Amino acid sequence: MKVSMEWIGELVDIKGVTPKEYADKMTMSGSKVEGIENPGDEIQNVVVGKILKIEKHPDADKLVVCQLDVGQDENLQIVTGAKNVYEGQLVPVALHKSKLPGGVEITKGKLRGVLSQGMMCSHEELGLGINDYEGANENGIMTVVDDVQPGTDIKKVLGLDKHIIEFEITPNRQDCLSVIGLARETAVTFDKPLKLPEVSVKGSGGNINDILSVEVKNTELCKRYTARVVKNVKIGPSPKWLVERLQGCGLRSINNIVDITNYILLEYGQPMHAFDISYLEGSKIIVRNAENNETITTLDGVDRKLDPSMLVICDAKKAVAVAGVMGGENSEIKDDTKTIVFETANFDGKSIRLTAKKLGMRTDASALYEKFLDPFMVKEASDRACQLVEMLGAGEVVDGIIDINNAEDKREWIEVNPDKINAFLGTDISEQFMVDTLKKLDFEVKDGKCLAPTYRQDIEFMADIAEEVVRIYGYDKIPSTLLRGETTPGGRDMLKNTEIKVKNILAGLGLYEIMTYSFISPKTLDMMNIPEDSALRKMTVISNPLGEENSVMRTTTIGSMLETLARNNNLRNESAKLFEIGKTYIPTTEDKLPDEHNKITIGMYGDKVDFFVLKGVIEELCEAACVKCMEYTANKENLTFHPGRCADVLINGKNAGIMGEIHPLVSKKYGFESKVYVAEIDFASFAAAVDTEKKFKPLPKFPAVTRDLAVIIDSGVPVSEIEKVIKESCGKILEKLQLFDVYKGKQIPDDKKSVAYALTMRSAEGTLTEEEITNAMNKIVKNIENKLGGKLR
Amino acid sequence: MREKLEQIGRMAREEIAALAQNKESRAEALEAVRVKFLGKKGEITSVLRGMGALSAEERPVIGQLANEVRSEVEKLIDKTKKEIENAELEYKLRAEEIDVTMPGKHSEAGRLHPITQVLNEMTDIFVGLGFQVVDGPEVEYDLYNFEKLNIPKNHPARDTQDTFYINENIVLRTQTSPVQVRVMEKTRPPIRIVSPGRVYRSDAVDATHSPLFHQMEGLVVDKGVTMTDLKGTLELFAKKLYGENARIKLRPHHFNFTEPSAEVDLCCFNCGGKGCRICKGEGWIEILGAGMVHPKVLKGCGIDPEVYSGFAFGMGIERVVMGRFSVNDLRLFYENDVRFLKQF
Repeated sequence: MKVSMEWIGELVDIKGVTPKEYADKMTMSGSKVEGIENPGDEIQNVVVGKILKIEKHPDADKLVVCQLDVGQDENLQIVTGAKNVYEGQLVPVALHKSKLPGGVEITKGKLRGVLSQGMMCSHEELGLGINDYEGANENGIMTVVDDVQPGTDIKKVLGLDKHIIEFEITPNRQDCLSVIGLARETAVTFDKPLKLPEVSVKGSGGNINDILSVEVKNTELCKRYTARVVKNVKIGPSPKWLVERLQGCGLRSINNIVDITNYILLEYGQPMHAFDISYLEGSKIIVRNAENNETITTLDGVDRKLDPSMLVICDAKKAVAVAGVMGGENSEIKDDTKTIVFETANFDGKSIRLTAKKLGMRTDASALYEKFLDPFMVKEASDRACQLVEMLGAGEVVDGIIDINNAEDKREWIEVNPDKINAFLGTDISEQFMVDTLKKLDFEVKDGKCLAPTYRQDIEFMADIAEEVVRIYGYDKIPSTLLRGETTPGGRDMLKNTEIKVKNILAGLGLYEIMTYSFISPKTLDMMNIPEDSALRKMTVISNPLGEENSVMRTTTIGSMLETLARNNNLRNESAKLFEIGKTYIPTTEDKLPDEHNKITIGMYGDKVDFFVLKGVIEELCEAACVKCMEYTANKENLTFHPGRCADVLINGKNAGIMGEIHPLVSKKYGFESKVYVAEIDFASFAAAVDTEKKFKPLPKFPAVTRDLAVIIDSGVPVSEIEKVIKESCGKILEKLQLFDVYKGKQIPDDKKSVAYALTMRSAEGTLTEEEITNAMNKIVKNIENKLGGKLR
Repeated sequence: MREKLEQIGRMAREEIAALAQNKESRAEALEAVRVKFLGKKGEITSVLRGMGALSAEERPVIGQLANEVRSEVEKLIDKTKKEIENAELEYKLRAEEIDVTMPGKHSEAGRLHPITQVLNEMTDIFVGLGFQVVDGPEVEYDLYNFEKLNIPKNHPARDTQDTFYINENIVLRTQTSPVQVRVMEKTRPPIRIVSPGRVYRSDAVDATHSPLFHQMEGLVVDKGVTMTDLKGTLELFAKKLYGENARIKLRPHHFNFTEPSAEVDLCCFNCGGKGCRICKGEGWIEILGAGMVHPKVLKGCGIDPEVYSGFAFGMGIERVVMGRFSVNDLRLFYENDVRFLKQF
């Protein structure tokens, strides 16, 4: 909502208040000021000049040379091509080094060899419309029609020397989308009386009921409908003060009648519409729901298809307006209009909102109606419009008003208990202040209760009263206190703590945390070569996505990681080691929420990474986070990964994720020529496996013994099998088992490999004897032979 | 024999002195001198062996002299040996000199995402005040995201242009506020929680808009919780996050689920309120929305507003992070360029 301080100043005395002060105080009392505009800011150094003499240009037929009085000691010489100049004319003159809207700068210069010390301006060059100023002329220089001295700043003449305040009005305060509403807030904020316009209509005889009849068929969606008739209408330009008021609020002047309806829209926040009665067949207005396939051409020239959810204004035969949204072309007032009907009505906000949305045309009127306007202001607004008609001499108001009123007053008296209010706010505000404030805000107050004005539909509870009081008292004046009462334990639960721990460990291992979108493109799964029948393809779909690329909730985080790795690769970052803890969203049933699972996702590419670097990170993570029960089994089926370099990650024997080298066909699609490694591990499974019962183990008292063991075994036997046998055979004296060599080649049969381990053995009971060690080693070798067919090398 | 011993002493001194001229293998040469004079077959030993031929009177005299010479030579050798060792160590140390200004050898450390860093810091402040950290679903029922927060169907705040819908009843949460409702439905006061997390708005991506961003919700419900408590708590938070000189300002606003409601501005940390580029000349930067929990919301969660009251607040995290690190483009947070991530 934009309004000039000067208009507000007509209703409340704010003399001496600077725009900045005004803005600050209004903001602090609840009417937030978004900005202060000085509309004339773009115009600088433009004054009124009087043309003293016009002579022909010596070298150009189409130019003339003018001498002007611009209120300075010396006259100015300006060359122009305009045809509508004459001696004695007052014109706007852009002086040397002046500025015009659109960043135009004017300096002196020569035109065909003759000095020109400035420029005479058209209305367009001053940023005005043809109706914005009486002296505007389609064909050239604007004439200053006001009686002003040469040298007067043009901004003063045009009413551009105003301060336009732009308010951001919250949706609960539809009443403040009006000059009167804001003036009321201003009056309370500055503690000054409010001077509202005195509304009265003289009338010119006749009886409206002889001319027009109104029938409201849907009283739910049209709570109130009033009509007034004005005859002998003289459509013409509006007076300067009216034009300036509209301009100040960002509206252009059209003609006196339209301007009056717009003025009421601004002053009261009440939309109005004017019909030409000669187009209303049967001299009748019917308010009803539109019929199936009914159409109307609205004022903007667009054919609109209506449906029965929409409310329309009709005459005896056809729709003439979409109620509360826009009038129809078929009943529009024109320059030759003689008799008009002023519609001032109250329509249901929800209905208007949906209609405007369906038709794709949100107008000033619909924007107001959708906030649920006060049906009780309708009549006064209508009267005010008629008063303006009479004031402007724009027509004769026929006596009487048609007022079909089905609005109910549903307000209730609310308790004003100062103790309760103070206890709720934590303040010590006096009862007197509370009562005075409410009264200034137009509340009725008596017997410890109050009744809000009809336009304050947002007032229901004690908390609402408390807000009215405290916003006027000042949020900045209430004290600050700290929470008291029963203490609460606070803190994070195990999952949250583990999440922080995992992030810290992974960062410590040299990985960078990333954050990616939760929604992905359905094509991501194609990129990842995920089969058509995979469960991952059943995704939660956003019905109104920004675009296909963000249209489904991810069921895997691997795609997001690949995309991020690819972006880094495309940016020519030589390597990247990344991780994310983020969710996947697995659909359940249609009317239920999807299951959200946090995933630890790790991804890397670059010179120094391979499968085992990735695995090393996971193992180190487990080590540091005390997760002991992780295992890996080869997965040759997953099409996203290299069939020979992919493992399922098992926690406590249950599948909890996957890791490995990305399949070359997939990584190629992401633009990689080098290898890419990714792991996705379910966070909840991981967190559940964290050993929280950490206990100290006494440091060993007896020395350890190290033995190396190399076996020759079938190539296909995974080392995890060998390790399992070694661990079982050796028992608890095995302290550490380290693989140090896997060899294939010379001296080893083609289908075999040599696997070498360093075993560290130690007993808690005493120094191990040679015999004990030999027994253990023999048992290992025997079991490897029997169970795995391996032989000591 | 006396002359012989004196001559031996002289020779030893000369030979040891001559060693000093050697540049290399001084340790070996010294050892050779020791063997020559003091060894089993050395000069002094052979003199001592020949003592049998001496008279009983001469024997102790010569014996003493021999011991004196031997002791003198031994001391001289020891002293020289130390000198040589010291010189050699010094030489070695000099040879091992390095350029200490050369760079260190790294095992690279990674980083937490800047949003995580700030989010953890913010959360910790409230944990210190006894707030519990709770989570809620990101895909949420319309009921929790809107209706129970007193935002009925067809309220302008829920136009499709703001909200991502899955279907009529399920949305991507547009705020962390539904967690308030979930907590109040399950828990009885006293309640003190914060809930950081992802939220979604249907905004096209640009330098200041992202369809996904982070918020942190706070909620306190108990007997006798007041608006001045809200103000005090937020002031404390601002001071902990931005330093002791941080100032905040509450101004009236409207949210459907709080009454009274406030928007909270932070006095610009860059210019101290004078107005600059960062605060767009305002001197203040809006950081969060807050208010007293609306009685309808309390009632809807089965908490009697006549007995209990509460306050709630919600703040955007990205804005804080952008301010903290002077990041000027929101998109950088979700592009995850390692050159960006390395800077935090």
